[in-house]
Amino acid sequence: MTRSARRTRTLRTAAAGAVALLALGACSSSSSDGSSSSGPDSSASSSPRPSGTVTVFAAASLKESFTTLGKEFERQHPGTEVAFNFGGSDTLAASITAGAPADVFAAASARTMATVTDGKDAAGTPVAFARNQLEIATLPGNPDRISSLKDLTKPGLKVVLCDKAVPCGAAAQKALGASHLELTPVSYEQDVRSALTKVELKEADAAVVYKTDVKAAGGRVQGVEFPESAEALNDYSITLLKNAPNAAAAKAFVELVTSAEGQQVLTRAGFLKP
Amino acid sequence: MTEVDRARTVVPESGARRARALGGVPLPLLLPALVGLAFLLLPLLALLIRAPWRSLPQQLTSAEVWQALQLSLVSATAATAVSLVLGVPLAWLLARTDFPGRGLVRALVTLPLVLPPVVGGVALLLALGRGGVVGQWLDAWFGITLPFTTAGVVVAEAFVAMPFLVISVEGTLRAADPRYEEAATTLGASRFTAFRRVTLPLIAPGIAAGAVLAWARALGEFGATITFAGNFPGRTQTMPLAVYLALQNDPAAAIALSLVLLTVSIAVLAGLRDRWMTAST
Amino acid sequence: MTDIDETPAGLRDRGLPGEGLDARLVVDRGIFRLDVALTAAPGDVVALLGPNGAGKTTALRALAGLVPLTGGHLCLDGAALDRTPPEARPVGVVFQDYLLFPHLSALDNVAFGPRCRGATKAEARAQAAGWLARMGLTGHAGAKPRRLSGGQAQRVALARALATRPRLLLLDEPLAALDARTRLEVRAQLRRHLAEFEAVAVLVTHDPLDAMVLADRLVVVEHGRVVQEGTPSDIARRPRTDYVAQLVGLNLYRGQADGHTVRLEAGPALTITEDLSGPVFVAFPPGAVTLHRDRPTGSSARNLWRCEVAGLETHGDQIRADLTGTLPLTADLTTVAAAELGLHPGAVVWAAVKAAQTHAYPA
Repeated sequence: MTRSARRTRTLRTAAAGAVALLALGACSSSSSDGSSSSGPDSSASSSPRPSGTVTVFAAASLKESFTTLGKEFERQHPGTEVAFNFGGSDTLAASITAGAPADVFAAASARTMATVTDGKDAAGTPVAFARNQLEIATLPGNPDRISSLKDLTKPGLKVVLCDKAVPCGAAAQKALGASHLELTPVSYEQDVRSALTKVELKEADAAVVYKTDVKAAGGRVQGVEFPESAEALNDYSITLLKNAPNAAAAKAFVELVTSAEGQQVLTRAGFLKP
Repeated sequence: MTEVDRARTVVPESGARRARALGGVPLPLLLPALVGLAFLLLPLLALLIRAPWRSLPQQLTSAEVWQALQLSLVSATAATAVSLVLGVPLAWLLARTDFPGRGLVRALVTLPLVLPPVVGGVALLLALGRGGVVGQWLDAWFGITLPFTTAGVVVAEAFVAMPFLVISVEGTLRAADPRYEEAATTLGASRFTAFRRVTLPLIAPGIAAGAVLAWARALGEFGATITFAGNFPGRTQTMPLAVYLALQNDPAAAIALSLVLLTVSIAVLAGLRDRWMTAST
Repeated sequence: MTDIDETPAGLRDRGLPGEGLDARLVVDRGIFRLDVALTAAPGDVVALLGPNGAGKTTALRALAGLVPLTGGHLCLDGAALDRTPPEARPVGVVFQDYLLFPHLSALDNVAFGPRCRGATKAEARAQAAGWLARMGLTGHAGAKPRRLSGGQAQRVALARALATRPRLLLLDEPLAALDARTRLEVRAQLRRHLAEFEAVAVLVTHDPLDAMVLADRLVVVEHGRVVQEGTPSDIARRPRTDYVAQLVGLNLYRGQADGHTVRLEAGPALTITEDLSGPVFVAFPPGAVTLHRDRPTGSSARNLWRCEVAGLETHGDQIRADLTGTLPLTADLTTVAAAELGLHPGAVVWAAVKAAQTHAYPA
């Protein structure tokens, strides 16, 4: 009885992990559906009433909160539609500088935002709207009793980190460096979701991911906060893009994100205030 | 005439094997053929044009590049070996025996071809991972865990590459005359001896072609590998993984790595083609 | 001549009791059923003769164990082989297109059998070299099959089958893959090798000449059944089916005999020299038929029919005429005679056969 119940749970966990990976694969490839339907009045920049489609390129970690905000935006401004392209901030920045048609860019790190501002693709100065803090994701119930970053260096423990090339990996290295810890993981994952999946599937004992990811994973992982994470906060910033096809609506969306209402949604997802 | 001239410069000539000059090739065939060729070669050409030639020597001297390359070659070769050992008998079973549900089995065998490799990687984790259906017993009985190990890389690559070999070998087996096996049995050979001493040499060109396909697929494998085996330099970071991660913040390095992978695979494939695959024609 | 009437039982008496082949091969294949009894003593060469699709090759494959029997039995030298897998049967096969292993040299093709039956590599090769020498192929030992001529390949295939020292040698259309010129030469060689072979040989062919030259006894198979068996001369003189009659080039009719007259099933009556009664076969060669433009008067031939020319073809240096009418028959005549008669399809002629040139025998 208990045996079969456990199996069911394992399968469900696994399925959830598979879905997460599939979703990741899907959103990084679907680029800009709907960008062409941005309405004939989008060029009338002075028009105060937003309409048509807003295309938002946003960091993958923003998926849950921005989807909520997008629905809210569409409710507040009937006749509008928000099309999202979630992905790794670097990939998104690269496609924007390569000319992808987007209205808004929300990046997970200052460095990736700099790629876009350096390329003179942003309109105005980016606004910081959230911060994300690292957290240790452990197996449910924390069977290895991990309570600090130092605990991750225990021998025999399988830890996965993000690769240094992606923001969560860079942040993790910063935190480890600040506390003078040497940590050899079993793998440097290509993004934060893959790192999390390895714990969800119980292949790894722990991963260093964002607080928001732990929250999104629900009960499949357990979060452990650690003080060194304060050394490696990720600043999320958002900007209107210079070649935005629908600048008016884009502006309104940026306003919603930075409003009190937007902040509430972000905080609920686990983000810190900027 | 200019069409023909251009074609002459693009299509490599291979001496006696070339059936006839391109002069008589009908335009409805020649035109799409050339467009197809351009379509395949243009991205590679772009890679060459945009390659960071000046910083290339410096990029290539990094130890990590060679580590990744070595790991790629070793694991792709091992995956091909695994595919040969398991895939050739499987192909024989599909081609030479009749059992209920064979059509279904063949469809299942080719499934990894259509499965997104990332999903393949997840499926492998569910099967052979530490908590996987089979993996938990491997761990409990033998203390073997495949994820995050080089063996895991080989497993992931073999999973994705083996169908290519099975399909290729099965096709060759179907085309081969089964009566040779019968002749061998009338001479006193068991079915296995007949397979080993008659069928295997007869289909060797097909096996070589399949092995080359599988090797090439394994060498370029990314999704299943990074999902199942993770990414750790020197242990599980193959060239495609290194390329992908370099692409995140250093596209120039990524291009440099790609060039290395391309050069090595072209060298190996061209070498093999001359030695083995000519026998198949 | 009593040797014409050799029965299978009589043949078996020549060998030791229990030696040789004693088989009844039953193979069910949906709508097709093969049911053929075969017996042969060591040293016998039996030819299975029949049209395409008669089941000859199936019978051969059943003997080799490549097709399972659904009934009957198979004994060779007193041992039951029904359930023995092909690799364990003391049977050698020369396949229709030889099936020499293309990746092995002639020597290694011949050495394959001895090697599979336990000989060391060196022993097997030595034996193979001996066999090739007997076939006059020593100079071609190292050649790959695709470098061999048709006749050489046939001899290598024979050597390969004999090298396992089989107690039953099976040959499937051994000469079919050869062109007419090589065929003559290879047929003579094969005849010599089969004559030397001390165990039972069974060959399958649709060519009556091959069967008559190579075999001591013919078994004619049609629609999965044995329709006639006997020595080549017996079969040639006394065909019992239209197929056999056509093979040996005779006009054949069935009828009821009453003294010297046979009432044919085809219609008219025919006068014969034999004195018979009851069901009989009457056969006569096409050359025995004479053709006349007008009804001959005072002819000694009592068998005379009005016919119409259905078709004409050259047959060797003669003209063969297909005739329809009271009695369908074929007639051979010289080109000159055909020209003088002004034969053309549709022409009306009178056909005569002398009773002395017919041959009647009980059906």
